Amino acid sequence: MSTIVKSPAQTPSFGAPDSSSISGWRKVVRTVGGQNLSLMAALVLLVTVIGSQNENLFLPQNLKTIGTSVAVLGIIAIGQSVVMIVGGLDISVGSQAGLASVASAMIFTSTGSAVVGIFAALAIGAVVGLFNAVVIVYGRVHAVIATLATFAGFRGIANLVSDGRSQGYTGSDPVFVFLANGTVLGIPVLIWMLALVAVLVHIMLRYTDIGRKTYAIGGNDVASRLSGINLNRYVMGAYVLMGIIAAVAGILLTARTGGGQPVSGSQGLELQAITAAALGGCALQGGKGTVFGTILAVVLLGVLTNGLTILGINSFWQDIAQGALLIIAVMIQQKRVRQRAVGLPA
Amino acid sequence: MSTSKSDVVPVPTMQLQGISKEFSGVHALTDVSLDIAAGEVVALLGENGAGKSTLLKILSGDHIPDSGRIVVDGEAVSFHTPRAARANGIRVIHQEPHIIPHVSVAENVFVGGLHSRFRIYHRGAMVRTATEVIERFGFAEVISAESMGDQLSPAQRQVVEILRALVEDVKLIAFDEPTSSLSDQEVDALFRLIRNLRERGVAIVYVSHRLKEIFQIADRVAVLRDGRFVGGQMVADTKNDDLVKMMVGRDLGDIFVRTAHEPGKIVLSVQDVTSDDVTGVSLDVRAGEIVAIAGLIGAGRTELTRVLIGDVPLRSGKVLIDGEPIRLNSPRDAVRAGIGLAPEERKTEALIMQRTVRENMSLAILERIRRWRFINRPAEVEIVRHYSDKLNIRTPSMEQEVSKLSGGNQQKVVVARWLARHPKVLILDEPTRGIDVGAKMEIYSIINELAADGTAILVISSELPEVLGLADRIIVMRDGRVTGEMSRADATEERILKLSIPEH
Repeated sequence: MSTIVKSPAQTPSFGAPDSSSISGWRKVVRTVGGQNLSLMAALVLLVTVIGSQNENLFLPQNLKTIGTSVAVLGIIAIGQSVVMIVGGLDISVGSQAGLASVASAMIFTSTGSAVVGIFAALAIGAVVGLFNAVVIVYGRVHAVIATLATFAGFRGIANLVSDGRSQGYTGSDPVFVFLANGTVLGIPVLIWMLALVAVLVHIMLRYTDIGRKTYAIGGNDVASRLSGINLNRYVMGAYVLMGIIAAVAGILLTARTGGGQPVSGSQGLELQAITAAALGGCALQGGKGTVFGTILAVVLLGVLTNGLTILGINSFWQDIAQGALLIIAVMIQQKRVRQRAVGLPA
Repeated sequence: MSTSKSDVVPVPTMQLQGISKEFSGVHALTDVSLDIAAGEVVALLGENGAGKSTLLKILSGDHIPDSGRIVVDGEAVSFHTPRAARANGIRVIHQEPHIIPHVSVAENVFVGGLHSRFRIYHRGAMVRTATEVIERFGFAEVISAESMGDQLSPAQRQVVEILRALVEDVKLIAFDEPTSSLSDQEVDALFRLIRNLRERGVAIVYVSHRLKEIFQIADRVAVLRDGRFVGGQMVADTKNDDLVKMMVGRDLGDIFVRTAHEPGKIVLSVQDVTSDDVTGVSLDVRAGEIVAIAGLIGAGRTELTRVLIGDVPLRSGKVLIDGEPIRLNSPRDAVRAGIGLAPEERKTEALIMQRTVRENMSLAILERIRRWRFINRPAEVEIVRHYSDKLNIRTPSMEQEVSKLSGGNQQKVVVARWLARHPKVLILDEPTRGIDVGAKMEIYSIINELAADGTAILVISSELPEVLGLADRIIVMRDGRVTGEMSRADATEERILKLSIPEH
């Protein structure tokens, strides 16, 4: 029995009579996301342009190449997305992957069991992520500085432990071989791993309260805190998750190259991962981003790289193209937010 | 409204004519006209929300009036930027001036100035010139040109801001609450400066709540109330009580009449609580009771709410809910104990602007609508729909981004967030700020209903009619302490204002 006085211009809460139901097109835009649609359009455009110059783009073998080359980057970019959504940044992910790669190979070599090596690497990934988390949350070191430091530190540990060389030989172990070359239903295991990570993280972000709080903290940490959310728990959780995900990437790296790699294959991943996440819609200040967007971005970058290669274009153009793409994408995104052009961008 | 100081002064330095300014339907200033003559000190008075800061912002070029004219020395001007205002010789000295920490006073004074002779960085010359100015205006005891920006006391920071004005050709200086962090000697020095400026023909606007000072320094008072200019008179012809009456006297009419309820037992008990910003605060709120805390900006009310929500540490004292002392190490503790807070700045402190109405509303009840960490969407939708209807939140859909809602509806979302949690105590900090009249009434209604349901409610408000219309009991704070308490029956705006204003 509500005694609440309602203002004269009373309309039911939802669907005021004068607003027409959302048209089909707008509904699509809203569900998929404006940014994602732009990415998809760009992808279609890219595929069309490259494909018309060289049909080999569409060969199953080439598609597999694209797929496996983006798998490792994609997995790391998804982890980076979660960190960016909560409002942080992790520059040390490449080094984490390298460390995990080395760990998985060396432990496999000493125990003879791939499974033990893999689980050990995952555990080490969690510990490494936790280290970042503690330095940032309790040490009060800004994420950029902290992970810049661990970017160097973790790489140093990986090199130290492996003596700077590729470790072990995993090419004879069935588990590693399966990870690297196996297929399930015709699709490489690497891509399945990417899909697995993508689905799990997507579910976490979209359907659990953990995801909801992650977006909330990135969107407005003061409001979240005053609503009773434990900021530290979720910020730290994001970095630990990143550590585990980076470890997954590192393990796949070991499988693919046949040995633990302290540096090769993982160097530069951090910058590419941040590029992909930002291109896919993750704002640097947090609160925005989706797994789907990140994967679209990763695929776009992968097709771009592959396309330029099969067209025989100098590989240095790839870097330029990647940079240009990122700037254009973020500029478009910022135009939508409509900040005034005064001083540093928010 | 022009009062010339003498017949020799032909044209007032500054004439504001019919200035109006509105923000999203809220009329901050309506048709304000005011003249200030050269060499005159005009004290600008008014309660919180009367329009003083908006007027100052228009003077300093931070806001552009919706209508009206500004005339400086007989010529109509318009300031589109703060620099334009300064170019016209208008300076506003704020309470917290911007000081560059790692450079000297001299550099702070000259850097960024309008006609900086020092475009090529010449530190020695800056220091010499600054020292000369400091001595000329009698600040030698107070500040040195070589001190570093981050070492300055609040008083010294104000002096820097004043010096910035003095080294340019200034026609009018407005002081915004200049003495709140000054010692007595510093206040004397400030008054000497003001008299000095007055003799030089500078027009001065002095905004302050300290009536004693106004009697000391001002020639004339101008009173704003609810965005309108209600009267001005010579200080010599005025008494304290006259001023209070002018600031306050209005027809309360029927803003809102609270349906009285018999309050239950004490739910919230604040016992001698001291933090960094409040001292020895004690108060009780019963179930079904609405207690309002009145006072001026800076009185410590918002700071108190931050202690109660666990955001700011308690240095001493206790807080009890239902008779049990509670732990307040974090907002989580407070929320679990049954306290909810709708903060003052809803856009920056309460809402996640780019997320949906639904997500914002369910933010505090996520634990209650989940199964094994998965959010029960149907339950969430049901709850959001229920409270949206109950509070009449107008939005095309619950998936609408909260940034697109009007202020009133945004505030309702924040309140709904807490309603969904059924808190024992709900603290509302300025719940109707920046909201149009229609929505205000709805919010009062909601608050009343909440009280009827047995929630203990604490409202912080700077609007006296709101306080008087809504509260069962009124507590007044000043400078971090409670200065008085009164029941609704005994309360008048004048009584409250007297307890809010210093040295009365």
